Amino acid sequence: MFFKGIGYALLAALAIAQIAAAEELEHPKHLAWQFEGMTGYLDKKAAQRGFQVYSQVCSVCHSLNRVSYRNLSDLGFTEAEIKAVAASKLVEDYDDKGQRIMRPGKMSDNFVPPYPNEDASRAAHGGAYPPDLSLIVKARHDGPNYVFSLITGFGPAPTDEKPVPNKYYNPYFPNHWISMPPPLSEGLVTYQDGMPATVDQMAKDVVVFLQWAAEPEMEQRKLTGLRVLVFLTILTGMLYAIKRRIWRNVKH
Amino acid sequence: MVHNSTSCCGGQKTSHAASEQDEPSRRDFIMLAAGALGGVGAAATAWPFINSMNPSADVLALSSTEVDLSPIQPGQSIKVKWRGKPVFVRRRTKEEIASAAAVNISDLRDPQSDDSRVKPGHAEWLIVLGVCTHLGCVPLANQGEFGGWFCPCHGSQYDTSGRIRKGPAPLNLPVPEYTFLSDTKIRIG
Amino acid sequence: MHPPEKPVASGKQNIGEVVKDWIEYRLPLFKLLDGVVGSYPAPKNLNYWWNFGSLAGLVLVIQLLTGIFLAMHYTPHATMAFDSVENIMRNINSGWMMRYMHAVGASMFFVLVYVHILRNIYYGSYKNPRELLWIIGLVIFLVMMATAFMGYVLPWGQMSFWGATVITSLFGAFPFVGDYITHWLWGGYSVDNPTLNRFFVLHFLLPFVLVGIVILHVWALHQHGSNNPTGVDVKTPKDTLPFNPYYTVKDLFGIGVFLIIFNYIVFFQPNMLGDPDNYIPANPMVTPTHIVPEWYFLPFYAILRSIPNKLAGVLAMFGAIILMFFLPWLDGSKVRSATYRPMFKWAFWAFLADGLLLGYIGSKPADWGVLYHLGLSFLPDLTIGMLATLYYFFTLLVLIPLISRIEKPLLLPESIDAACSK
Repeated sequence: MFFKGIGYALLAALAIAQIAAAEELEHPKHLAWQFEGMTGYLDKKAAQRGFQVYSQVCSVCHSLNRVSYRNLSDLGFTEAEIKAVAASKLVEDYDDKGQRIMRPGKMSDNFVPPYPNEDASRAAHGGAYPPDLSLIVKARHDGPNYVFSLITGFGPAPTDEKPVPNKYYNPYFPNHWISMPPPLSEGLVTYQDGMPATVDQMAKDVVVFLQWAAEPEMEQRKLTGLRVLVFLTILTGMLYAIKRRIWRNVKH
Repeated sequence: MVHNSTSCCGGQKTSHAASEQDEPSRRDFIMLAAGALGGVGAAATAWPFINSMNPSADVLALSSTEVDLSPIQPGQSIKVKWRGKPVFVRRRTKEEIASAAAVNISDLRDPQSDDSRVKPGHAEWLIVLGVCTHLGCVPLANQGEFGGWFCPCHGSQYDTSGRIRKGPAPLNLPVPEYTFLSDTKIRIG
Repeated sequence: MHPPEKPVASGKQNIGEVVKDWIEYRLPLFKLLDGVVGSYPAPKNLNYWWNFGSLAGLVLVIQLLTGIFLAMHYTPHATMAFDSVENIMRNINSGWMMRYMHAVGASMFFVLVYVHILRNIYYGSYKNPRELLWIIGLVIFLVMMATAFMGYVLPWGQMSFWGATVITSLFGAFPFVGDYITHWLWGGYSVDNPTLNRFFVLHFLLPFVLVGIVILHVWALHQHGSNNPTGVDVKTPKDTLPFNPYYTVKDLFGIGVFLIIFNYIVFFQPNMLGDPDNYIPANPMVTPTHIVPEWYFLPFYAILRSIPNKLAGVLAMFGAIILMFFLPWLDGSKVRSATYRPMFKWAFWAFLADGLLLGYIGSKPADWGVLYHLGLSFLPDLTIGMLATLYYFFTLLVLIPLISRIEKPLLLPESIDAACSK
């Protein structure tokens, strides 16, 4: 009786666990990502390609403020390569006389945003603000699939949807009309490793890159987690054996 | 081990007591092993917390500073910030180098030759931490009797090699770790 | 005062015993420890539902430790809070681990306490002579809710800001003084930096207050000892076991199981119980599509929204918890445990299901679950939420008192020992 009650209660609890925000939105396409699951890992080659897509396509409008150039070593870039990336951008700073100057980026700088602040970005985009992408994968429900579906999901509007001026139809975006034009097209980027740059490939790679940008600790986290769980299972097993031993002769 | 001697319902006292004596060593072993594992677990848990107080990645990233030496004229000294502290970068004149080299080492409170405080081939560049070794004030450049620095807090005086000559400070101005990336650029730290 | 006897040096003591005696003579720590968790007698038939109290205590310690270390790196200013949390996640050594432990720990604290409360209701642990123990427990629950509410504001994400705005605005429902109260709470005319700063201070302070209340809670418990699954009082020493080693080892095992679940979530699904919107920095100009509190507040949120009148909704929400204080008097049955109370048992499971339903409703948009469009402008449309809220109050105010009067309980066992020997 007790456990039947728990069973019913658990079923109801499972229902609660779904705090989904998506309503009449198209459900995102579901891909199998290598970083998912207990043994998930970061495909560094894909992340490097994704960085190339971000740099050459997305960074024109979207900032990545919380990532530092020095973090790129996680993806396998050498110090020289990272210094070159950083130095290719100009960073606001002050000189010894207190004057505002622009100097080449250093490894310790964070990614330079395309616009100095949100208002400037809005002014350049007709009032819309391309969000910072550092946390986008965690800031959206089912983030990786959502981002992939969004950037590959543009298409002609169905006849029953009234077109909105200066916006584009995307069934994955809330209210279906997004200010961003379709960002990717076939062959837009020439991958350094020779991988064919299809829209799907670029979208997948940039999602892997953005997943890393949002959760750089992921591989370390999962590795540590595995060790912790193994350790705890052994210890708890021993504690159970001791408990049974101590309670052996007690009728309870 | 404390336990209720009549804890077993139905009074199986004898067998209980007997089994108690039979396997104390087996029970003790697994308890010792569990205790040891638990201790290891506790230490492994404590370490990340203690380590979180160590310098973080962004602080470590700023732990070295590059300085461009080209604008500094002979006889001129600048102050840069490194790891939150001032560093004096001084381009010494020939006279200043000579006077530093002429000092009798055994007269110094903190004996150090001028050679050991500069990089070979770059004797004109003196790079020292701008923190008085007495109680931490920032000494003033080009003041004092020895051509070096004068600390206004308690009167310590340093020479053209940054060595303590007079006053309460016990040690010379420390020379931080630095390398010449080129003749006109150094990296401190 | 009874000064302790000076111990007689036996001359054969090892250094450990010498130190122990020296301390004990000046501060009877070991006697206290023995009295609380050593030879302290506990009913021998406690099942695993009795582990949840000690587990909650463990999580309080985890929250204190992780919280203190997080506070070393957190900045409670509206312009820097979100960034300081991201700094913890990205730059501080093991920062991500401490942050996730703290966030998941808060949820775990509520899971454990809810199970603990439910167990107390099921087995009648709130009844005489444990009424004050129950009340102290509810005070712990209230302080936990305040602490958790303020803690969630600190990262200063969208949900932090808007959740704070919605809940603090509730106080505006009170007539005449409402606005004064909300402006006083806010330190301004909306949730902003003054609010954040004071929430940080109070969030840091309350857990230490909680430690004090927990000590009172255990003290009150030890006056009459633990209840047990039969609800029958301890009569002879045959009914009990010394806490050490029986319950120390059982609690340790329970801790092991809990830590496995806790760490699975921390390391593999750390954002499972959170809201993605809180990874967007707070923006007073943009409201999220669905403002949802953390899951442990959802049943109360549902009660709040189910009543169309703002003030009535606030009173119902607080009333739902206040009413619990009176449970020992609402339930007049002399039999404690639901094991022997068939009608009460059904009422319990229905109450639990209603609670879960309310939680589900709380996660849905406000206009969800309309059952019947009454079509009358002055009457609200009937929703599932209203029925669930009604049932909640019906259970406490009508069903439980009624059952306690008309129920015929099953035959109780003679004693705990007798119940074990069957």
